[in-house]
Order: sequence, then structure tokens, then C-alpha cells
Amino acid sequence: MINLSAKKRQFLSVFLLVFGLVWIGVGTQLPGGTSSKGIPAPQEGFKAPDFTLSTPEGDSYTLSELEGRPILINLWASWCGPCRQEMPAMQKLYEEYEDDGFIVLAVNTTQQDNYEAAVGFANELGLTFPILMDIDGYVSDLYQLRATPTSFFVDTEGIIQEVVLGGPMAEALLVTQVENLLKEGN
Amino acid sequence: MLPFLNVFGLALPMAPFIILLGIWFGLTLTEKHAHRHKLNPDVLYNLAFTALIAGVLGARLSYVIQFPDAFISDPSSLISINFGLFDPIGGMVVGLLAAIIYGQRKELPFWATLDAFTPLFAILMVAIPLANLASGFAYGSESELPWAIDLWSANRHPAQVYEALGAIGILWFLWPTKIHAKRISGAIFLQFVILSGFARLFFEVFRGDSLITVYNLRTAQIIAWLILVIGIWGYSQITNKRIEKK
Repeated sequence: MINLSAKKRQFLSVFLLVFGLVWIGVGTQLPGGTSSKGIPAPQEGFKAPDFTLSTPEGDSYTLSELEGRPILINLWASWCGPCRQEMPAMQKLYEEYEDDGFIVLAVNTTQQDNYEAAVGFANELGLTFPILMDIDGYVSDLYQLRATPTSFFVDTEGIIQEVVLGGPMAEALLVTQVENLLKEGN
Repeated sequence: MLPFLNVFGLALPMAPFIILLGIWFGLTLTEKHAHRHKLNPDVLYNLAFTALIAGVLGARLSYVIQFPDAFISDPSSLISINFGLFDPIGGMVVGLLAAIIYGQRKELPFWATLDAFTPLFAILMVAIPLANLASGFAYGSESELPWAIDLWSANRHPAQVYEALGAIGILWFLWPTKIHAKRISGAIFLQFVILSGFARLFFEVFRGDSLITVYNLRTAQIIAWLILVIGIWGYSQITNKRIEKK
């Protein structure tokens, strides 16, 4: 902390303000505007990394082909308690907003799960949204999976708007996030 | 970039951990040096704690007010620990209001209290860019400089490191043991505001995620310049008052 004379203080104040204005001008000439929307990364504000996976029935889904629709990507495993707890709320949400274009991509982290157990889990809970099998762990790696479940709310432009680590997600969180995605898409 | 630290099989999110560490260290420093401002450290601690609790409750309340229907259909979500169900801006407003009310009830002197809390604010200004470095947020623009870091598929300015170093410089400059006994009340806080505003304005040009407004201007720089103006104006006001008193 410094104590300056009134004259020096005035000079310093004017210098800071003028330099600040000049520096703002410099900033307009340098690159660096918001670019995260073009960078694929599993982070809020970034483009959701693209992938193609298949359901146990053999239907193939490519994320980039779903652009224009609000998407919930949920990475889960059949042995995971919180995944089991949040799935019914996700199913309810899917049924409620399916007509608005909303889709859930439930990516089973098969490399750390059992294929048959995962399929049994989905059948037992009566899930009607696509269950995608990440057999070799490619999507888990791509989305840097650190906690199961992890959910990514992706807007109509393919940008991740929210990442939820762990679970179970509260129903209110699911509803508000999807409504926000739908609002942004209109 | 280190978004998670694996501790005994648990994935510890680094960014909130660094911020919490910053709050703890900043509060400890504030309490330790409260006597320099002739303030009771316990009262300062309670003020911070009240603001924190009110902030958390306010953040949830604000979220509920914005999306009441979601909570009517699932009232149990009211007590959910999901971070996504908090409104940070609402939380900050309520936390600030709680701090002001508590401060008035305890008759805390306004400027001296802000001075006492400046170490906490200054440490948070160090912790935030470090948290951003851990999570990869607030990244720099592309650069070929030898100290550029590989982040988001490109070599970039380590903008978070620049900001952290600037904040460490400010913290060092305003370190509690350096304050003058005959200082003007409020001078420490306002110097912090001026220096932090200037640092933000300066380092913003190295960012790769700036929000751009008209004429290619960076919004954060405009806001930082306005904060600089307010800080300088405030500082001149308190120093002029002192001259008038003399």
C-alpha cells in the first residue's frame, strides 16, 4: 500500500484511465473473441464432441445429425445406484417433451459394465429413449468421464449448456434445464 | 489443466476445491489481521459466515422463484444438493444484503470492514484464475510464444496464469502487515478495486473467450474500465474528505 502526494495521485489516475482506453483500443485489434462454440470439448459453453453409437437393436445415432434438437446425453452404468434413481425422471421428461424435439441419449458405459445387465436394466425400467452401447469406451474417453452418472445438456446448436457430475439429478433440475434448452432453441 | 484430482478413488473437482481453499485462507488472514482495523475477528467471521449461508439459501430461493412449476411437481427438489439448482447471481445479491444487514446491526464501520476483508477478496482474485486453469475455463487466445500452453487443441496464452500472477502482485502490494497506521479508512479496499480493475482490463486482451460487443470491443474491458473510474473517484472522495477535515 502506498501513500502518494495529491499531485502524483492525480497524474497516476489520469495515466491509468488514458492507458486503459488505449488498451481497450488495442484489444479490438487482437483476436480472441468467443471461440469456444467452435471447439469440441466436454465442457459448458463448448461444442459437444461428436460420436456415433448403436443401440442393442442395431439403430445407429450420430450426435451431429441430431443438431437442431435439445439433447440430454447421460453416461450411465447398470451397477450405479444414482443412475437407477434418476432414470425414471428422465423417462418421464422424455415422454413429456418428445413432441418438442427433445431426445435423451443414454450412453451405457459398457466398457465398465455388463452388456446383458445394461440391456436388462433398460427393459426393467421400461426406457423408451435410445440406449447407446459404448462398448470400447470411446465416448467415455471423449467426454472425459470422471463420475457415473454424468449428464450433458446440449442445446439446438450442439453447444453444451450444463454439465451435471454425479447424481441422481433432481426432477426440477431436469425440467428447468430442458425448458431452458427449448426456450433458447425458439 | 486438472479438472479432477483422484483421491482414494474419489474424483475431487479441483475448481470448487481451489475456491474453497481460497475462502478459508482469505478468512483466516482477515481474522488474523482484524485488530489492525480495530475490529473484532469473531464479528468479521460471523459476518462472512452469515453472508455465505444467506448466499446459499438465496441462490436456491432465487432459482425456485424463477422456476416454481418445476418445484411444485417435485417438492423434494427444494433440498436437492444439485449445483444446477442454484442461481449464483441471486445468491450473491442475498448474501450481500445479509452482510449489510448484519454489519449494520453490529454497527460495523463500513470502510474499515471493507478494508479488513480486502485480503479475502485479494486471495479470491488469485484463486479464481487458478480454478479456471484447473478446469480449462477463461482460456487464452492462440499464441506461438515459448510459454504458450497446449489447451483445447491449440497453443494458447496461459491467460489464467497471467491473471493469477497479477492478482498475486496485488495481494503482495496490499498484504495486511504493510498497511500504514495513519491510513485513510477505505483506502486499502479502494486501492484493491483500482488495481484489480486495471489488471482485468490489461489481461483481457490475452483471452481467447472474450465476449465481444460493438466495434469489436471486449465487454469485460469496458466493465473493468468503469470499475477503475469508480475506484479512482471513490479514492479521491475519501482523500479529499481527509484534507477538508485537516
